[in-house]
Amino acid sequence: MDGDDRLFDRTPGVEHQESTANFLSYTAGLALAVLLTITSFVVSQTNLLWAPGVAVGLVVLAFAQIGVHLVFFLHLGSGPDNTNNILALAFGVLIVFLVITGSIWIIANLYANMLP
Amino acid sequence: MTITTIDAVPAALARGRGGGGPAPTRIVVAYGFWIFILSDFVMFSGLFAVYAVLSGNTAGGPTGPELFNLRNVFIETMCLLFSSYTCGLGALSAEQRQRDRFLVFAGLTFVLGAAFLFIEISEFAGMVSRGAAPSRSAFLSAFFTLVGMHGAHVTSGLIWLIYMVAQVVAKGLRPHVLRRLLCWSLFWHALDIIWIGVLTLVYLMGAR
Repeated sequence: MDGDDRLFDRTPGVEHQESTANFLSYTAGLALAVLLTITSFVVSQTNLLWAPGVAVGLVVLAFAQIGVHLVFFLHLGSGPDNTNNILALAFGVLIVFLVITGSIWIIANLYANMLP
Repeated sequence: MTITTIDAVPAALARGRGGGGPAPTRIVVAYGFWIFILSDFVMFSGLFAVYAVLSGNTAGGPTGPELFNLRNVFIETMCLLFSSYTCGLGALSAEQRQRDRFLVFAGLTFVLGAAFLFIEISEFAGMVSRGAAPSRSAFLSAFFTLVGMHGAHVTSGLIWLIYMVAQVVAKGLRPHVLRRLLCWSLFWHALDIIWIGVLTLVYLMGAR
């Protein structure tokens, strides 16, 4: 099977093994992720942010960290190899957004319209 | 009309857009597995929505701030983060065909993942022993479903890791073993992304 694999893997002009990953990118990703995690804990446990804004701050930090993970750990870049991955991710994000916000919205309406 | 050979097409421009020949198997496999991971995210979005809706319904039972120990949660988070890092370095060593370095990093990843699971299970056991079992309230049902589902994914990731190490030892770092390793590392990194959501929604927002 190995011979077959190599045959199909090697399209003209394409290197057999290529990777955008290296030691530095993983280390940078880890440093950013640890920094964002610690910031999230600090924001949630202190009065650094205006109290009603803490939830928003935490969500923003979470999205930033998800972005760090996607770029540095999952290597989701802007290269042509990633076009399909990015499109699929965009669709996934849309569905996740619809399910979560839709559920919260509908149930909040239901509560508001309940008989006491 | 001039005839151009495929080599003349800049690979970096053409690939993934229908030109320049088929994409390498590695790219296609990663794409297929990425679709699976996204479907897993969609499944988790249902559980996140359930938790967001039910988290206030404690039915007079224990609430989040009474139950959550943020020090443990911080240790859990760091375990997962560093296991993602060692997983990435392991994948890198495998690509460079450094088998022994891969085995060391795989071992570190396993230890960190198992430490996460150990803390999570002992926390669950402590909650159940204090009367905060899944049947106590809608909040606790949703909590155990969401966090437990993530824990189940970590467990399956660890079992898969044992299986991958066995393949590397038995078969060596062949192309198809490398592609399976790539899928496993995508899975492991994706679990960390789910955990960011759990950490933010359940623990950091819930413990205030």
